[in-house]
Amino acid sequence: MTLVVDVRVRRGVFALDVALSARPGEVVAVLGPNGAGKSTLLDVVGGLLLPVDGTVRVGSRVLTSVGPSARVHVRPDRRSVGLLGQDPLVFPHLDARENVAFGPRAAGTAAAPARAAASAWLEAVGLTGLGDRRPRSLSGGQRQRVALARALAAEPAALLLDEPFAQLDVRTAAELRDVVRDQVRRTGTPTVLVTHSVLDALTLADEVVVLDHGTVVERGRPLEVLTDPAHPFTAALAGVNLLVGEVVRDGSGAALAAPDGLLVPCRTDLAAGTLAQVSFPPTAVEVAAPGAADGPDDRVVWHAHVVDLEAGTTGLRVRTTGDVLVDVPPALVGRVDLQVGALVRLSVPVGSMRVRRAPAARR
Amino acid sequence: MTEPRDRHGVPRLLWAPAGLALGLLVMPIVALLVRADWQSLPSDVTSAAAVSALTLSLVTSTIATGVCLVLGVPLAVVMARSRGWTSDVLRALVTLPLVLPPTVGGIALLFLLGRRGLIGHSLDLWFGIRLPFTTTAVVIAQAFVAMPFLVLGVEGALRTAGTRYETVAATLGAGRWTVLRRITLPLVLPGLVSGTVLCFARALGEFGATALFAGNAPGVTRTMPLAIYSAFNGAGVSQGTAVALSLLLVAAAAAVLLAARAWRPGGAT
Repeated sequence: MTLVVDVRVRRGVFALDVALSARPGEVVAVLGPNGAGKSTLLDVVGGLLLPVDGTVRVGSRVLTSVGPSARVHVRPDRRSVGLLGQDPLVFPHLDARENVAFGPRAAGTAAAPARAAASAWLEAVGLTGLGDRRPRSLSGGQRQRVALARALAAEPAALLLDEPFAQLDVRTAAELRDVVRDQVRRTGTPTVLVTHSVLDALTLADEVVVLDHGTVVERGRPLEVLTDPAHPFTAALAGVNLLVGEVVRDGSGAALAAPDGLLVPCRTDLAAGTLAQVSFPPTAVEVAAPGAADGPDDRVVWHAHVVDLEAGTTGLRVRTTGDVLVDVPPALVGRVDLQVGALVRLSVPVGSMRVRRAPAARR
Repeated sequence: MTEPRDRHGVPRLLWAPAGLALGLLVMPIVALLVRADWQSLPSDVTSAAAVSALTLSLVTSTIATGVCLVLGVPLAVVMARSRGWTSDVLRALVTLPLVLPPTVGGIALLFLLGRRGLIGHSLDLWFGIRLPFTTTAVVIAQAFVAMPFLVLGVEGALRTAGTRYETVAATLGAGRWTVLRRITLPLVLPGLVSGTVLCFARALGEFGATALFAGNAPGVTRTMPLAIYSAFNGAGVSQGTAVALSLLLVAAAAAVLLAARAWRPGGAT
């Protein structure tokens, strides 16, 4: 059954207004900076917070409904909405099997069948034979697996994941992502994943919803949203350069008047004065000494100053005027003067640069 | 001593007062052991009066502890989960008997449950129940002075445990009662055990409130502390008996503490 959320919450000056839906076995990732309203959204779906208006339902079953004529609020323990957070919160006084059996036992299943089911769940999350272990003697990753098995063993109608991989090391997180994806699909549980991580969104999500200041600023398939972001937060998260400004035209062609007085040439049909945005990945930018000979015609060229430097995944990542990030391959480091304040010549292939009208709703 | 002396970074200046404090706590017991007449000890502690007092003490303290558990744990849960001024007021009310001299407690109980008391008058008039100077009065007096130890101990443990596990249990479909039974109480079991032990020990040693509210009738309200007081004041027996009975009470209290320590979940500290 499909999870449908369409709610509005007000907390002082903060207002949240989100609509999203997750089909069975589908993962919807909610991305957003701190304070965007991600946790508030989870609290509303989980039944810990009542919205001022809106509904939460799974299929035809209404969990929350607040409006002029209705006020439904199903208690958390009767909602059948599972939660897996950053902290596994495995019950310390129960062994792994009893932890997983907790949901079925609370639902009235007898001890023996509940334990048998728990063992099967532990097997499904890759913890075969560890049922008798106390949480204390399990690793962080194993505890998170127990927490996942425990959440799914309760057969929730929907599952909420709140940064569930944030405290795990890279490899453990990767393994657990696989387990989560497999189990969510196998059980057909509609799932909402709140995360800061692009990796989570790309590997797990079927849809991405980007939240900022309580409103949805962008949504779509993860790969599309993250490779062609329309919102500065998404761009920063995906590591893509996004410049917003007015189109200006002179004799030689069009350019985008970006912040910091930066003028980036671009090929566009947009009229002068239009608010537009340009995006391109840092790897597409080529750096050269200022005044170098103009290359082939299929590149846009501008000059900028070096603002700061940091180690990239291979070479250097250089921040230049207008917050434009440039990845400089190791071979080039040392051949071009990259001291802070130095003037450099940047160029981007026309094909790597996307130019379009800026979305109207922007903060 | 193979470990460096300043391993824990304790200033040396603390050693002297710490030693004095320990001495103040331990030396009286040592003096008791030294003063004891070990010849007559066996006959003193097995005398009918001693056995009767000890039995009465153990029985009443156990019942009082049971009462404290049944009533005090719910109070602790309510306190721990209430917020703002409610919890402040509740905690102040619960702490009051703790800071009150037990004799004041005894007088207060008389004014509440005595034959002319606030409730005692009606109890006598309507049901013919007269509480003062009965074994029931002993239990009530003990519960009055011992309950705060249990409530405050359990409440503290509940606050430390927090509500995060309870929230998770609720998302797994557990109702409030199931959460309390299977998550909340097991999580605070160590606090519950230590609170119960303190509560029992306090009930066992209760004297002032009992003396005023329940009296000193042999076999009915003469618990160990009252028997010791009577013996010490020379009511028919020698001071040696008082010392012997005191040792018996010390032994009983020590046994309870040791048993609780061995039973504590999680094992050795």
